[in-house]
Amino acid sequence: MKQFLYFGAFALWVALIAATPLLADNYTIRIAISIAMFSAMAVSWNFIGGFTGYPSFSTAAFFGLGCYAGALAQRNGIPLVMAWVFATLFVAVFAAMLGAIILRLKGHYFAIGSIAIVDLTRLITSSWGSLTGGGDGLNVPLLQGSPQEVSALVLYVMLAILIVAFLTSIYVDRSRLGFGLKCISQNEDAADMVGVNTTSFKIVAYTLSAVFCGAVGAVYASWVGYIDPTDSFSILLTLKVPVMVLLGGAGTLLGPVLGAGVFVMLEEVFWANFLEWNRAILGGIIVFLIFFLPNGLLKIQYRTLYGALVQKLRSAPKQAEKSS
Amino acid sequence: MDIIQILLNGIVLGSLYACIAIGFSLVWGVLNIINMLHGSFIILGGYLAFFAWQYSGVNPVFLLPIIAALLFGLGYLLQYFFINKVVMSPVLTTLTLTFGLDMILYNLMTVFFTATPRRVTLDLGTINLGDMYLPVDRLMGMGLALFLTALLFLVMRASKIGRAIVAVRMDRQAATLMGIRVNNVYAITFGIGAFMAGAAGVIFSMVFPITTNLTGTFLGKAFVICVIGGLGSVPGALIGGIALGLIESFAGYTIGPQNATTVGFVLMLFLLIVRPTGLVGVKGYE
Repeated sequence: MKQFLYFGAFALWVALIAATPLLADNYTIRIAISIAMFSAMAVSWNFIGGFTGYPSFSTAAFFGLGCYAGALAQRNGIPLVMAWVFATLFVAVFAAMLGAIILRLKGHYFAIGSIAIVDLTRLITSSWGSLTGGGDGLNVPLLQGSPQEVSALVLYVMLAILIVAFLTSIYVDRSRLGFGLKCISQNEDAADMVGVNTTSFKIVAYTLSAVFCGAVGAVYASWVGYIDPTDSFSILLTLKVPVMVLLGGAGTLLGPVLGAGVFVMLEEVFWANFLEWNRAILGGIIVFLIFFLPNGLLKIQYRTLYGALVQKLRSAPKQAEKSS
Repeated sequence: MDIIQILLNGIVLGSLYACIAIGFSLVWGVLNIINMLHGSFIILGGYLAFFAWQYSGVNPVFLLPIIAALLFGLGYLLQYFFINKVVMSPVLTTLTLTFGLDMILYNLMTVFFTATPRRVTLDLGTINLGDMYLPVDRLMGMGLALFLTALLFLVMRASKIGRAIVAVRMDRQAATLMGIRVNNVYAITFGIGAFMAGAAGVIFSMVFPITTNLTGTFLGKAFVICVIGGLGSVPGALIGGIALGLIESFAGYTIGPQNATTVGFVLMLFLLIVRPTGLVGVKGYE
């Protein structure tokens, strides 16, 4: 019953986002694209950070590589959709190979290893000027059509990626793989002892956490038409995505989608009013999240909260009577 | 370029790197926290030195103790009121929190100080030895960095608080039973980390132009040095710093300065996989 409620909520949410091109102006569609894009990345991150419990901060590396792989493929004459597919596969292979190396690390070492990957990919992209255009960035062939058509197309592609990511996360959650990943998150040595193939499970989770980021990156590059190393491999992005998942509830199915939606809309409100302070606002959200919502929005005990509130409201008049 | 010149540059740079990494390594080793604020602490120290120097004209060397003490206070308060609350949580929580605090500090600095590169120019000239040349301000920075490193080493070895920090690092529970106020020791350790970062920032502002965009670079250096030198030990950070200085200096000469940082990161990833306790680190402290 609860499951159906969740999927219904997801379907409704996707339908609402999908309807924006029919109902709203370009600005709203832009936000909708943002939401779909970040939701897909958050669902993606949830595989490694939520299910497996590994503090991975390499999202921006996968996103950036997706941007560049898609852009370079298109510039070398590969048609649009094929270029997106190529970028996705490229990032998946990259993540699998990288995972085989850095997943031998745990805890703090894994965290800084994964952050270093973002820096490393950015540095290599900036200095490999002959291929990537270096710090000058790269122009990506523009999508054909009017602005409305383009943004609707981008929105639907992003939504499709989100839906695939979400269905994958449902499948993983119910399969042997998901069970193994949750075991790893609780106690990796014990999981290993009882016969979970921790190495290959972790590599699969890491690859899943990369593949949708790569796909989203490639589409993003086609959408904006220009990419550069600092924007594509942004350290902010690598922090934002885990924060979204934590905001919604790590390890849950709906949490990443909820967190990404809430985060993007919060950010939009703040950005519109305090453009100079966007980093500080992100920091403020994080501090609030860690101290007041440590388990995310989904895991709040709303019933207890409601009960406490009712109790307070009931006792308030009584106290007022007593004091008078 | 002469090989001895590269060697000298590397050692000078390396001593500054050691000063950057020591506080970071101490916080990681003792509190088990990756302090993402470290880069911003360094830049904050540098900016404070620049503005105090511009305003008063006093040589930043004399301002260093005051600025570093201010940073100590900031670090102490941050740890005492924020990070201590989650200090036992998994790395994802603590790292995200310090990352978030870093975002706030970074944003405050860009708004109040702007991101214009600034540098304290003292014009002390250069020393020429044969065909090598050494700017005096860099030599002075190196001397200061090494002095501070030695000072921290002494504090950790000989003072009561230093012994308490080492005790907490070895066994938190036992230290509590011995009457050590662990939360206070944590806050002091974090404060010392910020102190060293602030001091490193003051030194850097006399040697290189600094800007807020460098926070990430400095943090990256601290990562690499910690992995080379192992965690929480002063000599380890010194060796790691000088090693990285030499490596970057030689890499800059042979394959171009734009690739020097990349070499550092590649080396770090390689070492992480081969020897995660660091080249001079102690096993069991990871």
